[in-house]
Amino acid sequence: MGSLDLALVYETGVDVKARSQWAYVRMRFFRHRLAVASLVVLLVIGLVGLFAPQVAPYGYDDIRLEDATRSPTLEGWHLFGTDQLGRDYLSRVVFGIRTSLWVAVFVALVSTALGTTVGALAGYYGGRVDNLLMRFTDLILTLPGLAVLLTASVFFGSGDPLKIGVILALLFWTAVARIVRGLFLSLREKEFVEAAKAAGASDLRIIVRHMLPNCVGPIIVNTTLVVAAAILVEAALSFLGFGIQPPNAALGKLISEGQSEGFELWWLVTFPGLVIVVIALCINFVGDGLRDAFDPTQRRVRA
Amino acid sequence: MLSYVVRRLLYSVVVLVAASFLVFTFVSVSGDPLAQLRITPNVSEQSKQNVIDRKHLDEPIPVRYWYWVKDAVMNQFGTTLLGDRPILPDLWRVMKNTLQLVLVAELLAVLIAVGIGVYSALRQYSVFDYAATTVSFLGLATPLFWLALMLQVLVVQIYEQTGHRIFPIASLNSVDAGSGIHFVLDRAHHLVLPVVVLMVASVASYSRYMRASMLEVINSDYVRTARAKGLPERRVTMKHAFRNALLPLVTLVALNFGTLLGGVIVTETVFSLDGMGLYFYNALLANDPYPVMAWLMVTATMIIVFNLIADIAYGYLDPRVRYD
Repeated sequence: MGSLDLALVYETGVDVKARSQWAYVRMRFFRHRLAVASLVVLLVIGLVGLFAPQVAPYGYDDIRLEDATRSPTLEGWHLFGTDQLGRDYLSRVVFGIRTSLWVAVFVALVSTALGTTVGALAGYYGGRVDNLLMRFTDLILTLPGLAVLLTASVFFGSGDPLKIGVILALLFWTAVARIVRGLFLSLREKEFVEAAKAAGASDLRIIVRHMLPNCVGPIIVNTTLVVAAAILVEAALSFLGFGIQPPNAALGKLISEGQSEGFELWWLVTFPGLVIVVIALCINFVGDGLRDAFDPTQRRVRA
Repeated sequence: MLSYVVRRLLYSVVVLVAASFLVFTFVSVSGDPLAQLRITPNVSEQSKQNVIDRKHLDEPIPVRYWYWVKDAVMNQFGTTLLGDRPILPDLWRVMKNTLQLVLVAELLAVLIAVGIGVYSALRQYSVFDYAATTVSFLGLATPLFWLALMLQVLVVQIYEQTGHRIFPIASLNSVDAGSGIHFVLDRAHHLVLPVVVLMVASVASYSRYMRASMLEVINSDYVRTARAKGLPERRVTMKHAFRNALLPLVTLVALNFGTLLGGVIVTETVFSLDGMGLYFYNALLANDPYPVMAWLMVTATMIIVFNLIADIAYGYLDPRVRYD
């Protein structure tokens, strides 16, 4: 600050405004240009999915044989081309985004809620709950993830997005649980927890009011990353034919249907996949921005 | 050290038994294993009854589990549901094929990733560093099955434009593969695309990790000390920094084995390679719990062994680690 500024300060007085933790997080996030741009792209894609019936130029299953096997063209808005039945792939992708995003967000929310609860209880009380959680985590880590998911959806699923979401959430929650548990183990020893205890706060109040707010950063970051992982895994399941099944649209299923029409119609395979890549990439960038925003001391590139 | 290994192995056996019981219960409770048989025409009641008798399908699940364990231990996992194929010989064959694929892919992935990671760290914020970061983010966001399909699309397009089949897009060998060196070359030619697909995810995550680990080491005190005492830069980076930065990668590569198997399932299915992944996929398609169980047990054992090897190797490489 130069001397001139100083003089100004003397005259007008310093306007000190307390900034909340959240204001800082917001500030740091919005400084991360790539993350903000990714967020905007994601919002657009999300809105497209949300309003799929309004946005899509054609219906999901509209068969128009006169338009069959068109390569991508501006004409008639067949930007992603059409298949042998003349179904417009742009419209199908739009509906696919709707299902795939819905499943991914569902998985992220459910697994976060479940994982946070278990992790908090395990970290706070320790003992048997903790032991059970860690042993169960060992169990899950011993089996190859995708194989377990495939087995689960073959013997238990039915191509219903909700069921697939539940199956995915049941596998994804352990990561959050371990993160929260670790944080709680160290927070438990902090003075403010002791003070709250001395003031007579109940266990529930200490967990919810005093400890959980200190874990919000890592939890949110993990949630975003789960969305990305869930999109990719659900796409793989649906592609292999054990995930979401018609009549529900899903990006992975669209790719496998495109594959079965032969590689001459390359656009049927290409565009749904590109959309998956864009979504997953943007979510990862947003997650990175959030990580930096919540914890500027740990400015590390993701391993 | 020995007692540590024994303790870990004993614990692993308990975990394996628990996991097998959970999966078995899960698979048995849901769905009717005979569903496929029932809708097949011209299957006599007697042959259905034979399957039920052989696999004890009319018993309660814990009893069935016990029969399965007996079969698995005494009888090399027994046979498939219909009893027409013993499981273990098939598993051995596909494991051999998958091993070739995975070994080549992982070896190349580690070499490439270490190179990229170290160079990115040494030239932090350079064009190369940014390019490597971008590519690895892309690699982590790309579904492997789609990447495999895109490579196939590319090969087909090239064939249609120029008439050259640069790579085969399916199976492990040509029909007329020949023998000896011709067979090996033919196999290698077929494995190029699958190896590339499997490598992508590994290179992306390993190189990020290597970069972070190298950066951490470069900024540590002992590297500064090495510089301060006048060692040549090459010696500092290669001997003092690089060797220590490699350590965490050992754990990562070993722990990545489970994820890698996921990639194998997808890749082998797309390229129809006769390996573990395709075997598993086909077992799922057939709705047959027995090969699925055998597959899961074999892979779970491998994952446990890999984790143990990683721990032991880490202790051997880093004398600060103690087992107790």
